[in-house]
Amino acid sequence: MTVATETVHPARVRRGGPARTSEGRRAEARLAFQLLIPTGIVLAVIIAYPVVRAIWLSLYSDARFGTPEFVGIRNYLRAFTGTGSGVFWQAFWFTTLLTLVTMAFELVVGFGMALIMNKAFRGRGLVRASVLVPWAIPTAVSAKLWEWNFQPDGVVNQIFRLDVIWTGSHWPSFWAIVIADVWKTAPFIALLVLAGLQIIPNEVYEAARVDGATALQSFWRITLPLVKSAVIVAVLFRMLDVLRIFDLPFILTNGANQTETLSTIAYKEAIQNLHPSYGSTLSTITFAYIIVAAFLVNWIAKADVVKTAERGVK
Amino acid sequence: MATTTATTRPAVRARPQSRRGGFLRERGWLLLGVAFIAVYCLAPFYWMIVSSLKANPLLDRALFPKNPTLVNYQEVFSGENNFQYALRNSVIVAGLTTVVALLIGVFAAYALARLQFRGKKLVLGAVLATAMFPLIALLTPLFQLFSNLGLIDTYPPMIITDISFTLPLAIYVLTSFFSEMPWELEMAAKVDGATPGQAFRKVIVPIAAPGVFTSAIIVFIAAWNEFLIAYTMTQTLASQPVTVAIAKFTGVSRFEQPFGTIMAAGVLVTIPLVILVLLFQRRIVAGLTAGGVKG
Amino acid sequence: MPRRLGKLGLVGAVVALVLAACGGPNEGGGSSGGGAQGTGPITFVAGKDTSGKYPKVIEKWNAAHPNEKVSMIELPEAADAQRSGFVTNLQAKSDKYDVLGIDVVWTAEFAKSGWLVELDQSQFQLAQMLKPAVDTGMFEGKLWAVPYDTNGGLLFYRKDILDKAGKKPPTTFDELKALCPLAKQNNIDCYAGQFFKYEGLTVNFAEAVQAAGGEIMTDNGTKVALGAPAVQGLSVLADGFKQGEIPKQAITYKEQESQRAFVSGKLMFLRNWPYVYALAAKDEPANKVRGKFGVAPLPGISGPGSSSLGGLNFAVSAYSKKQKTAIEFVKFATNQENAKEMVLLTGNAPAWTDLYNDPELVKKYAHLPILLEGLQQAKPRPVTPYYQEVTSAIQEDAYAALQGQKSPDQAVTDLTTKLNEIAQGG
Repeated sequence: MTVATETVHPARVRRGGPARTSEGRRAEARLAFQLLIPTGIVLAVIIAYPVVRAIWLSLYSDARFGTPEFVGIRNYLRAFTGTGSGVFWQAFWFTTLLTLVTMAFELVVGFGMALIMNKAFRGRGLVRASVLVPWAIPTAVSAKLWEWNFQPDGVVNQIFRLDVIWTGSHWPSFWAIVIADVWKTAPFIALLVLAGLQIIPNEVYEAARVDGATALQSFWRITLPLVKSAVIVAVLFRMLDVLRIFDLPFILTNGANQTETLSTIAYKEAIQNLHPSYGSTLSTITFAYIIVAAFLVNWIAKADVVKTAERGVK
Repeated sequence: MATTTATTRPAVRARPQSRRGGFLRERGWLLLGVAFIAVYCLAPFYWMIVSSLKANPLLDRALFPKNPTLVNYQEVFSGENNFQYALRNSVIVAGLTTVVALLIGVFAAYALARLQFRGKKLVLGAVLATAMFPLIALLTPLFQLFSNLGLIDTYPPMIITDISFTLPLAIYVLTSFFSEMPWELEMAAKVDGATPGQAFRKVIVPIAAPGVFTSAIIVFIAAWNEFLIAYTMTQTLASQPVTVAIAKFTGVSRFEQPFGTIMAAGVLVTIPLVILVLLFQRRIVAGLTAGGVKG
Repeated sequence: MPRRLGKLGLVGAVVALVLAACGGPNEGGGSSGGGAQGTGPITFVAGKDTSGKYPKVIEKWNAAHPNEKVSMIELPEAADAQRSGFVTNLQAKSDKYDVLGIDVVWTAEFAKSGWLVELDQSQFQLAQMLKPAVDTGMFEGKLWAVPYDTNGGLLFYRKDILDKAGKKPPTTFDELKALCPLAKQNNIDCYAGQFFKYEGLTVNFAEAVQAAGGEIMTDNGTKVALGAPAVQGLSVLADGFKQGEIPKQAITYKEQESQRAFVSGKLMFLRNWPYVYALAAKDEPANKVRGKFGVAPLPGISGPGSSSLGGLNFAVSAYSKKQKTAIEFVKFATNQENAKEMVLLTGNAPAWTDLYNDPELVKKYAHLPILLEGLQQAKPRPVTPYYQEVTSAIQEDAYAALQGQKSPDQAVTDLTTKLNEIAQGG
């Protein structure tokens, strides 16, 4: 990509655009500010306020029929080492494992689908539309569909001649959730990776072929690095979603067989048991965990996601 | 892109023999891949359609309905369910969400991608952070807020909330696309006397089409699929979208779930989306080959 | 720099404004003094169903009270979703819900939270209703909700198979298990109830404990009464799984799955709610047991079988601005005449004792007298304001025991500890 830029537009415009005067800079900054106001308002009211409220609530006790009192970090201690720790750590590890496995499968499947959709062939539009089907089905419907598919006498057992009681024990439940989730969301990754792939000009592949590169080498040396940023964005956002997964475990297993996730336990505490403070504690911990995970992904991929977004997909 | 491959291919004479075999092999793999995609994506959907055409899909497990019937579809639109209202609500909510989110997102992305100012990283980081909070925790405070404003059972709570959680991804995707566009376009426009605003509208926007449409699809589907917020903020068919309506499908007793009807509703809800996307897909490809991006 | 501060400042101002608008817990439609005497159009909120029972009642009322019309707000059929719908509304003290159709297990919780209006017992003919049903609407000696319908477990069995072998329906679990070889001969499963990790499991567990003569909690949920009966009851079920009398897939059964297994002829004994009666009598090709099934009271263990109490009660929201109309509607909708119509439509169990001997009803629903027998022995699930936590704990440990992960002894011990904690105050 960088190579192409320099050969086509030799050093005429440096990265970041033309040089600006200090007055131009101020005008730009003002415009930027104005353009960002709507975003700021929406996110502040809808997200920032509940987040702040949740963190504040988590510092109080849950007194269902009395008055809450300030308890500082006691709720957090309860989750990490106290009476809630059994449930919390089970949910924590399960959510982590689920995320790693689901992301791995989604990446492979989604990437594969993107590569195929990127090729020219008749009916490509139809293939693209069909890829969107799993994703377009409302989660409520797809969760029900998989709930019925994974019944002991359901279609999955029927077709593969199995006798597995999917929602009856831990590992079958785990795989049921993975399968249902990967099915539904691999298209999302496929779409984003496809967008990244389509930016790579064909000349690059041609040049490689002329040089005698095999398809695999092409893929490894050209495709992967150039599409890396698109993949990172897709992976990052999907990871944020999987770490907060709620619908599938709730509907498929109701958290049975040690399949509680961070979101299901937060929901059960906040909405079922009506413990808003402890529920907020769990949500805040999840929030912090996701932030850490995002940083980790960023660091591991040696990509600066924030910088990438600034500078665009390379 | 397809055409360039075809025209440059004959010029390469490096390995003529294996090239032909390689071509066929490549086509073979491609076909296999396409078949895999088709089965993967469509098999469960096929099962949905088949189930929706059976009178008793829970007991009847045939892979192809012996006596296909439209009873479930009738049930969906019957006086009991009045699904057409839910469809209307979903279209309005998802549609408005997409339009407004894209608008706000495009403004933000332009600022982040094309304008210079300090604190860009902070802004992007903050935007990303808002996508990290568990939705569950938002329910109660948001319900309280909208209840105080008397907005329960109307469209605004759903639209505003949906915008807020689709905005981060939309901004990221749009920013990436915008940063890719060559500066020369803007400069040329400015040389021709356009203000930054005009440069934005007349030059950038058309070329940003592929990114915009990709984001639009993502936002629309996310808003279309949303359940928790919709369920919390609505009470009647005046504003309930399809996700909530489907959750309320019920049988003669509270212990029975009408699987057939639910699948019929699912099919009804998915097909228009797919058609919509099919139409938009052309725009994306067209936008790309129009030369907005390198090549 | 100034521009960045400016942006933060603007955002901060908006947030502050919004926070101010939200205010404290006294915002949002709290009821004024006019609430208790208020009249006018009201809303009736309950889970949706397609039997048509609600529209009938509402139509009649609206015709007679044109200025106090009732409009129905439907909630999803899933109990969990219904509860969260009620809770969100009541926590926000919204006046949008007037009459509430609430599950029998929510009475204590809703009453203690101050969400319900106390009802005047003299206004309702409670003496003519089944006592267990009436009790589900009482908490701490006061009446908070009036029964609309009630529900008790029944044992459905394959009459054709038993008759052929010259056997009578079992009255105890031992007798039931002794009949299981018959099921094996016919290549079907023997017994199933609802054993998935959800509320239905609590029901089945409670019935098992009661069948052994025990109870779960007493004294308004302040004392835990689990003991040897609980271990015995749980063992019967756990052994059933281990020894194969209960098929292993039953661990995924809710009402619908177990009903399906029975109606498609794959199960000999089924514990379920009365609604299965109509389904098993339906004339359709998928129904393999039409004319071949019978209904019996639940089997006992060391005592007679005792069903858990289900059903729906009507209550009035404490935040309703038209409580007078609401209470009148509750009185109307739960009266004997409307109850009879409800039974005719659905086959559900009414709260009115007389209706069980009504010839018209019994002709259509032969299971009613048997149901009455069971209901008179029925006990409610633990009556406690912390019911959600109680049922979660029960589900946890009972499920583990049924899966064989814990011995019934261990499960009951663990459960007792958890319930004691909860009883101390959540």
